[in-house]
Amino acid sequence: MNPQLTPDGRLKHLLTLDGLPRAILIQILDTAESFMDVGEREVKKVPLLRGKSIFNLFFEPSTRTRTTFEIAAKRLSADVVNLNIATSSQSKGETILDTVDNLAAMHADMFVVRHAQSGAAHFIARHVAPHISVVNAGDGRHAHPTQGLLDVFTIRRYKGAFHNLRVAIVGDLLHSRVARSQIHALTTLGVPEVRVIAPKTLLPAGVEHMGIKVYHDMEAGLRDCDVVIMLRLQNERMKGARLPSAQEYFKFYGLTPDKLALAKPDAIVMHPGPMNRGVEIDSEVADGPQSVILPQVTYGIAVRMAVMALLAGASA
Amino acid sequence: MKIHIQNGHVVDPKNLIDRPADVYIVAGKIVAVGHAPADFHANRTIDATGLIVCPGLVDLSVRLREPGFEYKATLESEMLAAASGGVTSLACPPDTDPPLDEPGLVEMLKFRARNLPGPRVYPIGALTQKLEGRALTEMAELTEAGCVAFTHADAPITDTQVLLRALEYAATFGYSVWLRPQDVYLARGGVAHDGAVASRLGLPGIPALAETVALATILQLARETGARVHIARLSTRDGIAMVRAAKAQGLGISCDVATTHLHLCENDLVGFDAQMHLAPPVRSVRDRDAIREALRDGSIDAICSDHTPVDEDEKQVPFGESAPGASGVELLLPLTLKWARSMGVSLNQAIDLISWKPAQILGIPVGHLSVGASADLCAFDEHAEWQVTSRTLKSQGKNTPFLNHLMQGRVRYTVIDGHIDFEAPLLRRPNDV
Amino acid sequence: MPDSLPDAEALIARLADAIRPRLTPDTVLVGIHSGGVWVAERLHALLGISAPMGKLNISFYRDDFSRIGLHPQVKPSHLPFAVEGRCVIVVDDVFYTGRTVRAAMNELFDYGRPACIRLAVLVDRGGHELPIRPDFAGLNLDVAPEHNVDLSREQDGSLKLTLT
Repeated sequence: MNPQLTPDGRLKHLLTLDGLPRAILIQILDTAESFMDVGEREVKKVPLLRGKSIFNLFFEPSTRTRTTFEIAAKRLSADVVNLNIATSSQSKGETILDTVDNLAAMHADMFVVRHAQSGAAHFIARHVAPHISVVNAGDGRHAHPTQGLLDVFTIRRYKGAFHNLRVAIVGDLLHSRVARSQIHALTTLGVPEVRVIAPKTLLPAGVEHMGIKVYHDMEAGLRDCDVVIMLRLQNERMKGARLPSAQEYFKFYGLTPDKLALAKPDAIVMHPGPMNRGVEIDSEVADGPQSVILPQVTYGIAVRMAVMALLAGASA
Repeated sequence: MKIHIQNGHVVDPKNLIDRPADVYIVAGKIVAVGHAPADFHANRTIDATGLIVCPGLVDLSVRLREPGFEYKATLESEMLAAASGGVTSLACPPDTDPPLDEPGLVEMLKFRARNLPGPRVYPIGALTQKLEGRALTEMAELTEAGCVAFTHADAPITDTQVLLRALEYAATFGYSVWLRPQDVYLARGGVAHDGAVASRLGLPGIPALAETVALATILQLARETGARVHIARLSTRDGIAMVRAAKAQGLGISCDVATTHLHLCENDLVGFDAQMHLAPPVRSVRDRDAIREALRDGSIDAICSDHTPVDEDEKQVPFGESAPGASGVELLLPLTLKWARSMGVSLNQAIDLISWKPAQILGIPVGHLSVGASADLCAFDEHAEWQVTSRTLKSQGKNTPFLNHLMQGRVRYTVIDGHIDFEAPLLRRPNDV
Repeated sequence: MPDSLPDAEALIARLADAIRPRLTPDTVLVGIHSGGVWVAERLHALLGISAPMGKLNISFYRDDFSRIGLHPQVKPSHLPFAVEGRCVIVVDDVFYTGRTVRAAMNELFDYGRPACIRLAVLVDRGGHELPIRPDFAGLNLDVAPEHNVDLSREQDGSLKLTLT
């Protein structure tokens, strides 16, 4: 019994792409497609979620993701409330459950949750009243399902189909919720070869069970790829003795025009953002003709609109 | 008080008894097993028809949460819980607040416990002051106050020189030292077994290496110092192999494992249930199977509950923020029986692992039904089914991964020092309390 | 139940004849998915309108979303012209309660402010629930609520009206 689905198989929460049926992923992508033109119109709204209240519960700060969710919700005519709850493991403030219960009492219909702990969205979904839906906007290292969805939406837009692609994900898989969600989406949608390129210190245990092919040599890993996804490298990785320096990382795992040339000539370059120019990606590539990094952001709004519309419809 | 326990089936591993027999108790001691002594007139007769009568259970790790953590549980509630689980002697770790590093604290605990109905309480003293891993405690004084062994519980001792000195000092007096093998640096930040499941769930992992690296150090130091060392809470296949090899080479160590690890593994971490947050973590299927087998072949000496009652709030948070540990003193018997049943292990061997063997590890004169021994025993219905719920659990800690599970095996009577400290009403349904 | 309805193609021709006198150079046709689009395509050809026609998917404007949820996807809306200042003829296959047309109008106004909106339907089956009426109807009926009037497209592309 998947906690994300209603008894009749509709999406009730979006917590992770792991275990979601292919049909649901396709439904989200197709729905997102039909929301694409809303941003082109004079009135960039549809009245679908009019009267609904969506609360952005960000326990981990983020302007980008929160803003995208806010725009998406408003385009659906929903009322949006933003809550940035400062986290301090020392502070004995209100518990998550008390916060959630208080907000539910204010007639919330949907929570968009970002939290530093893996499993936080699952935890909240377990405790909310039956009519409330939870969207995971990123929990610890575990999942960032809307990002995974907008990434495969992007791939579908530029490449058409999934069944004949080679996709390479480069960077810190160990700490990346984005990469985990991407891998689930890609494998569920039938991408035959998903590669991860990273040094050993940035790979999780049991990585061989994730359905991917591991490369430590970036040049070998990029060869003949159709899609190259670059992950952000965080400074903490140097502090945690996983990497010596950003410079050495860039030398071996950064995407430069030379390395990109090893992929297919029409390969696209993606990045979930925000980018560390000169650490994981060269500016020339980021701003180059193969980069689809900016369109990804636009697609993110349509995908999040689709997710929220489907969730709100399931509680009908 | 003269008690006659009649019509039961006695299982006494130490004395190799496994047959129907009556038990006779006078003034707190067992006076006969089998035939009534002359002139015996019982004040109280217990009808043990259909029940197994065995030595009271000895649990090597039960956190009573006093002093200091009374919001998690109290002595009264936990001792009652233990008695209802058939436990007649228990060892409690020193990780209280303040930790049991001074004779006065130990004396007070023992005094409190003595005046309450329930099991005999054997404190394990802190190995270092405040459990900080720097300065030694007055082990001789603590022993005099009632400690039967010393441990650092789950607190790390990173300074290997301190560990060496602690073992040398303990060896001087012949004291037993219990050590949990976990390298603090390799385990740092981890909340689950570092394997495929934790990687998938994005939970920071504690690799098996954290246990084996620490274990290697402990075994070397044990060999070097000649201290009596007991390894607390093994969790890995490789760790078991190391202990087995050390024993084969003649090293006099013992080891235990927690009931949770007999049955659970990383695959049970479904949905980030904080009840599954345990220390040490449950590991891969192979690790669990190695534990189950090692108990059967004697490589692991005893099973304990590692009873850790936790306030509900501490589990009602995301997995990584939750407090580790499970409440379980009441499940020691049924979980052990469940393992035995599925492995085809005899009742005799199963009971041995939770009575006589742990008693020997503690070095206390209990765990058997010899004539003249203290009358500590338990009578249980090995077939009775009951459901684990917050109502049926008597401990204040309702935190258990076995919540709502059906258990088979229920204690009907617990006798401690010749007193019937627990008696269960006749229960009809699994949810009855 | 016999489907004793006139031929759809004949009705479309009759509808075109009614609209033709009222056409202006600015008029555009917008069909409502799916049946309305089929009718609009025929009308567009018969009336010889040069401006491309538009297609509306009103799924996001339905008033029953809270009750039924998001419908399975039909083709997305597509208006290849500016709505601002145009005279729009909204085309649908069967006019019943009027809610579909209301949704279509709401959606149109989110694209811009038309100069005027006219409604052309193949069949008005009676039973409106809102103060909206077609300006042009190929056929007027009075169908009981338990019956359905549907337009379907055959394999060869021809349109067929059925009453069930």
